Amino acid sequence: MRAWLLALAAFAVVAQAQPVPNTLAQRALACTGCHGKEGRAAPDGYYPRLAGKPAGYLHNQLLNFRDGRRDYGLMSELIAPLSDAYLKELAGHFASLDLRYPPPQTPTLPAPELARAEKLIRTGDAARRLPACTACHGGRLTGTQPAVPGLLGLSRDYLNGQLGAWRSGQRRAHAPDCMADIAKALTTAEINAVTQFLAGQPMPADPHPAAALAAPAPVRCGGLQ
Amino acid sequence: MKRLLVAVVILALAAPWALLAWQRNLHDATPPSTAPISLERGAYLAAVGNCAGCHTARGGQRLAGGRAIPTPFGTVFSPNLTPDATGLAGWSAADFWRAIHLGQSRDGRLLVPAHPITNTTLVTREDADALHAWLQAQVPVAAARREHELRGLYGSQLAIAAWRALYFKPGVYQPDPAHDATWNRGAYLSQGLAHCSACHAGRDALGGDRGAADFSGGMLAAIGWVAPSLLDPAEAGVQRWSPADLQRLLRDGHVESHTAQGPMAEVVLGSTAALDDADLAAMSAYLRALPEYATDRPASALPDPRRRELGAGLYREHCAACHGANGEGRRDEAGAMAYPALAGSRLVTQASAANLIRVIERGGFAPATPGHPQPYGMPPFAGVLGADDLAALASHLRQAFGHHAGEIDAVEVLRLRSAAASH
Repeated sequence: MRAWLLALAAFAVVAQAQPVPNTLAQRALACTGCHGKEGRAAPDGYYPRLAGKPAGYLHNQLLNFRDGRRDYGLMSELIAPLSDAYLKELAGHFASLDLRYPPPQTPTLPAPELARAEKLIRTGDAARRLPACTACHGGRLTGTQPAVPGLLGLSRDYLNGQLGAWRSGQRRAHAPDCMADIAKALTTAEINAVTQFLAGQPMPADPHPAAALAAPAPVRCGGLQ
Repeated sequence: MKRLLVAVVILALAAPWALLAWQRNLHDATPPSTAPISLERGAYLAAVGNCAGCHTARGGQRLAGGRAIPTPFGTVFSPNLTPDATGLAGWSAADFWRAIHLGQSRDGRLLVPAHPITNTTLVTREDADALHAWLQAQVPVAAARREHELRGLYGSQLAIAAWRALYFKPGVYQPDPAHDATWNRGAYLSQGLAHCSACHAGRDALGGDRGAADFSGGMLAAIGWVAPSLLDPAEAGVQRWSPADLQRLLRDGHVESHTAQGPMAEVVLGSTAALDDADLAAMSAYLRALPEYATDRPASALPDPRRRELGAGLYREHCAACHGANGEGRRDEAGAMAYPALAGSRLVTQASAANLIRVIERGGFAPATPGHPQPYGMPPFAGVLGADDLAALASHLRQAFGHHAGEIDAVEVLRLRSAAASH
């Protein structure tokens, strides 16, 4: 009986929860419930990857959600009581993560359409004042420090969702909202082709964001100022 | 007989006119303050009163109004308080006083009771004048007034006059000689300027409260949170708390396993974190001295051991890693309570399970304050747990760890969720 009690006492000590680490990673667990383990993206593809995105971009998005320029109830409400400084630290945490990317999605469009999409992505369309995606998002399309996100490693659903939200005004950035203008200038067929192409690309050998824009941005963007 | 009929008709026609005339011509003999005006004081009072909380749209210019405030009667939009032509440009101290004290705009219109006039009427002329001076010193922001979207006749001047006749009695806070100056200062802040009872008073079906000194709590119908009673130590009463703990909660939004959630997090960030030491001590003294009064507990779902068993499983799967196998909570390496203990938690066992369900579904962080700048957080479980799961988990929590609170069924979860959906 006594041994049993001692064993029980020992168990109780073990069962007493260990202290959690006093780290940002521990605090970020509130985010990864939806954004996937360590912020790699949720399995359903709806909640985007956070890991490795430029810190400035992530911080801008957190402020946009908190202050109503982007609208997703769960997200906005969750971070409503958090300060600019703390959100910046959380953004920095996710930006610093260097994690493997998921394999690309297989496109379903015919090759010529994908080729047209790639041309639009790499050269834009001067006649319609559409800049190349690569001008800001980097030649490798992996984003540019400190505030332009990469376009690879994201699901088609997510990419379509964002371009659609810009067209409808549900997603906004600080003015001038360059991405809203671009999304509105694209046809739905072009959006579909572009997202098919982007989601179908494997990550390049160096998946990190470019250090800086190669040339001044072709359009003015509030998020870059 | 005919004469009586005529008299009744005349009375019926005259009554609304008389009601409006009465409410628009309330007598007030308060003299202007002779104290020197201090902008610094005005800024402090505006912070404690959290004017910007309602008078700033989400992400909008501070104090420029436009925040949508959902009420059971429709949505009201706060007006612009900056000294722009679309706001308070040209308002004299007397105009501002009339708004704060009598709830009348400069043109004589009665303010909608979403503006907590039963509280602000208690504010002294001296404080109102300091607030006025500070507001007039702000940068003007052009932000046109947006009309309220109230259903039916709720927004009519006559309806507001009727509401006021029932619930509004103008008058500056009168110190209670039975109590000391600290208590009276706390009462002035809690009932008046900081308007705690705007949320923590019970409300009836007409949106009327039982006065600024009532703290018996109730559902904030349009936003789906409960403002728990401050009279009941089993709800949110602080009568048995130490002054230090209460002051930390009001200042930092967090003390041990207690966290300011939802609208209260907003109050901490917008108001109580700004209290100076003397006012913090006064508010704490007053709130700790509130009488104790047990909250009515609504009938709960019939006990269902199978539902609780499901809930216990969900707890082990989703909650125990942070909140501990026995609901004991977890500290971090620095010794701070990272994840609150659920055993003994009032949020868990409150009469209404509204806030508990809300927190499980939508997660949350404590407010990030200078004294608690990096709160740990809880992810939303809305996408993981359905109504049956939420009911099971809440029922388990309300019965586990020695708790004896009523169980919740899925119908109640859906009811609470629809109450919160408008926000």
